[in-house]
Amino acid sequence: MGYERQKDFGTPEVKSDEMVSLTIDGREVTVPAGTSVMRAAAESGGGAIPKLCATDNMKAFGSCRMCLVEIEGARGTPASCTTPVMPGMKVKTQTPRLEKLRRGVMELYISDHPLDCLTCSANNDCELQAEAAAVGLRDVRYGYEGDNHLDLTNDVSNPYFQFEPSKCILCSRCVRACDEVQGTFALTIDGRGFASVMSPGQKNDSFLSSECVSCGACVQACPTAAIYEKSVTQVGLPERAVVTTCAYCGVGCTFRAEMRGEQLVRMVPWKDGKANRGHSCVKGRFAWGYANHKDRILNPMVRDSIDQPWREVSWEEALSFTATKINAIKAKHGARALGGITSSRCTNEETYLVQKLIRAVFGSNNTDTCARVCHSPTGYGLKTTFGTSAGTQDFDSVMDSDVIMVIGANPTDGHPVFASRMKQRLRGLNGKPPARLIVVDPRRIDLVRTPHIEADHHLPLQPGTNVAVLTSMAHVIVTEGLANEAFIRERCDWDEYQDWARFVSDERHSPETLEAVTRVPAETVRQAARLYATGGNAAIYYGLGVTEHSQGSSTVMAIANLAMCTGNIGRPGVGVNPLRGQNNVQGSCDMGSFPHELPGYRHISDVETRSLFEKDWGVTLDTEPGLRINNMLDAAVDGSFRAIYIQGEDILQSDPNTQHVADGLRAMECVIVHDLFLNETASYAHVFLPGSTFLEKSGTFTNAERRIQPVRKVMEPANGYEDWQVTQLLANALGANWAYTHPKEITAEIARLTPSFAGLSWELLEERGSVQWPINEANPEGSPVMHVEGFVRGKGKFVVTDYIPTDEKTGPRYPLLLTTGRILSQYNVGAQTRRTANTVWHDEDRLEMHPTDAENRGLKDGDWARLASRTGETTLRVLVTDRVAPGVVYTTFHHPATQANVVTTDYSDWATNCPEYKVTAVQVTPSNGPSDWQEDYLDRTERSRRIAGEEMEPAE
Amino acid sequence: MSGDHGGTAAKLRRMADQIAVNFQALGHDEAVLATADHIDMFWDPRMKAGIFADDRSLLSPVARAAIDYLAKGQHPPHQTRATEFNTVDEVGHSDAG
Repeated sequence: MGYERQKDFGTPEVKSDEMVSLTIDGREVTVPAGTSVMRAAAESGGGAIPKLCATDNMKAFGSCRMCLVEIEGARGTPASCTTPVMPGMKVKTQTPRLEKLRRGVMELYISDHPLDCLTCSANNDCELQAEAAAVGLRDVRYGYEGDNHLDLTNDVSNPYFQFEPSKCILCSRCVRACDEVQGTFALTIDGRGFASVMSPGQKNDSFLSSECVSCGACVQACPTAAIYEKSVTQVGLPERAVVTTCAYCGVGCTFRAEMRGEQLVRMVPWKDGKANRGHSCVKGRFAWGYANHKDRILNPMVRDSIDQPWREVSWEEALSFTATKINAIKAKHGARALGGITSSRCTNEETYLVQKLIRAVFGSNNTDTCARVCHSPTGYGLKTTFGTSAGTQDFDSVMDSDVIMVIGANPTDGHPVFASRMKQRLRGLNGKPPARLIVVDPRRIDLVRTPHIEADHHLPLQPGTNVAVLTSMAHVIVTEGLANEAFIRERCDWDEYQDWARFVSDERHSPETLEAVTRVPAETVRQAARLYATGGNAAIYYGLGVTEHSQGSSTVMAIANLAMCTGNIGRPGVGVNPLRGQNNVQGSCDMGSFPHELPGYRHISDVETRSLFEKDWGVTLDTEPGLRINNMLDAAVDGSFRAIYIQGEDILQSDPNTQHVADGLRAMECVIVHDLFLNETASYAHVFLPGSTFLEKSGTFTNAERRIQPVRKVMEPANGYEDWQVTQLLANALGANWAYTHPKEITAEIARLTPSFAGLSWELLEERGSVQWPINEANPEGSPVMHVEGFVRGKGKFVVTDYIPTDEKTGPRYPLLLTTGRILSQYNVGAQTRRTANTVWHDEDRLEMHPTDAENRGLKDGDWARLASRTGETTLRVLVTDRVAPGVVYTTFHHPATQANVVTTDYSDWATNCPEYKVTAVQVTPSNGPSDWQEDYLDRTERSRRIAGEEMEPAE
Repeated sequence: MSGDHGGTAAKLRRMADQIAVNFQALGHDEAVLATADHIDMFWDPRMKAGIFADDRSLLSPVARAAIDYLAKGQHPPHQTRATEFNTVDEVGHSDAG
């Protein structure tokens, strides 16, 4: 497509079974009842009615008075945005009277507006300009000498966009966007009458100091240059747009990458994106500058030992160096000494190739992915209970929920675009009474109390007691007779239910008995359970606060038990919804990244599946499950695992017990890191292969809804190769003979070998935009909601989940419990976001601590504190807040200087080895500054990143 | 380095015990089979060899019985759906994390 803004229909789409026919300018138009006249005109193929305050992702406002129309039989000139269509209506959108009125309105706007169109950032991208042209404005009879707003100062505090109040026409679109779309309510119109001005907060607030989360909804909504991207101001207007998918979180927002040549000018959310519906967050919208950061490595590098500086070499030399090492290790120690980690950030096609490299070329099944450390318990738990772990609903389903329970998740930070949708439902913006909210989290997350939203119940449980809380909720539901017997009899095994019901009914599982352990008042648990069971459509959304525990899998099963016993499965508005983190973690699991299974969730021991792949790939496969990431590290320390190929993953920063990870890596002979930057893991690497960003490759990502979306290349890879090409080069250096020329060939191979993707092809995605798997003959349109008629795999199974306290205990030396999480502006280890302007929001990790605990230790807000556990210690600055309960502390893990994972433990989920990040016994004491350990670490990292030939910085 | 299984052996025992205690609600015999099934389907050969060779008296009773069972070369029937995977043509199961 050439450059054009996406069409704006003026008011939101309305769905209705009833259709209405009317006539607009002599054309017959038929639209759903409830549609506005403005939208009907826009959809009817004629000219759009001029408008300034209307835009199609917000309710009509009716303030600008530009969109007036004449309706036969109706008095005056109603605004078409606020007038719903009526059968037989006859509308005229252009008459001499309307012409005069519109021109008069525009004249007033322009009398108080700068006339610097030619040098304005929004030149040719300005709705005011376009509508002035549309209404035929030729002069402003009032002149320009009167009072005006032309000398208001600009606010350039936000790193990504500027606010020029002189260009504001007070259409209030920005305020409404921040209200209706994002739900943050940061913006307002301050003052009245002529003194009105848009303000991001209090009198002295700028955008940066305000509550603004920089989502960009106001930037998109603004019809003039009043709020506008700095990147366009600097570069100029884009000339074309390519739709692609964001590479940050599991929501999978689709954007128009607006380009000028090969330069990305701005990312604008795509209105037709099924996951995000035209919204975005600060990361996907603005934080793409890391692709051009100076830290980015563009050439391959090798070194014989990790104490040496890196040597930049040609691709040929790097590959030959690697192949020699790998072959030598294989010959001496066997194929099982080799392995790799696929990336949940790279495309499906690339991940498929990495696991193929490991299985078919290395010859072992030692492949794993970061799902291990995040949602692997979801996989195990939902598969056991429902038969499959694929998310049961799509994101739209939240609009049909009556009760929303959020457990161990912080969606306003981790899945912001989805959280905005959830907030719309919690405020009742879709015409239904507001949904009720239950939050189960040791912290008082933002969602508990945010503008216009308050949780009905917040259960601030002790970290590590999830199963106890859920079992006590089940106790209430069963003993108070709130279970949905009809559903259970029909869709689950009745005998198993009886066993389970007997177990949870026992007094020792009552909220009263367990209160001592969970620290949640029994009455709160009872009320929350009753609300979940009887409040209508009840949906559970959960995250890593559920999975990253030693009983993570059990907690997931406990959640599934609750949903099954109350009949909350199998229709829109209900379900068990894991909020998956990474842009392609679903895809990476689908592609067979786990050590025990081939693509399509078929166990490696299955002879028929193995032969299918062996025939297609022309190799013999190892028949035994391989090593998970943490077991790879154990085996490395033991000496039996010696080489690893890590694509797009920084295990040293993101995996627990940093010392153990370092020991494992150091013990290996050949560590290959394939990434954009010299990350923490690269300090222990022998080979560095430069990677490509999502802007520089084509492929597909699968989001948390199982939605497969295209990633489209918009610029040539700065490092010379797309990631899948690098994997192919490495495979061929080891004798593989692969000959893929385009990712669609890999997609075709995946479709050929995997039943759930049998109908998938590049052409299908081009045609449909996106599709939710399974996509095959049985499901030719894809599958939005699963388990509608019944569970996909037989009956739902109730699993008895006994609460087993974690081995990680507090004691006199370590009396506090540390839990971890994420923040909106930084993403995971921060490899990408720390290399963008997002650092203005969170440039260090802070330790959240309750005022009582801080006072007892003599700590004030901002003080340096030593955080120590049995595993290790680090130092960071304290943030005193009552969001955490006494006895609980919290931090993020975005900055390598803090190395929060130095303190986390080796304990993990019993079934999947998902690390127990959320429970660490710690002590916090005042400190003078960064610990010796941290200073050493920084030194060591600095040394390990030296590249031979580059000048050394003079010593300070 | 190689040959020193001290650290790893303790870890393997801890993992096996942890699996066993999470199945204990099933009752002894079923817990033994479920533990054996889990280890059979998810542990790599080295880990299995490691724990087979280890001193089993250090394990909990359920874990010990499970290891004894597996060490004889037996493969338990699937005890939960966690260890049932798709056959070559099926799409239903998924353990995506």
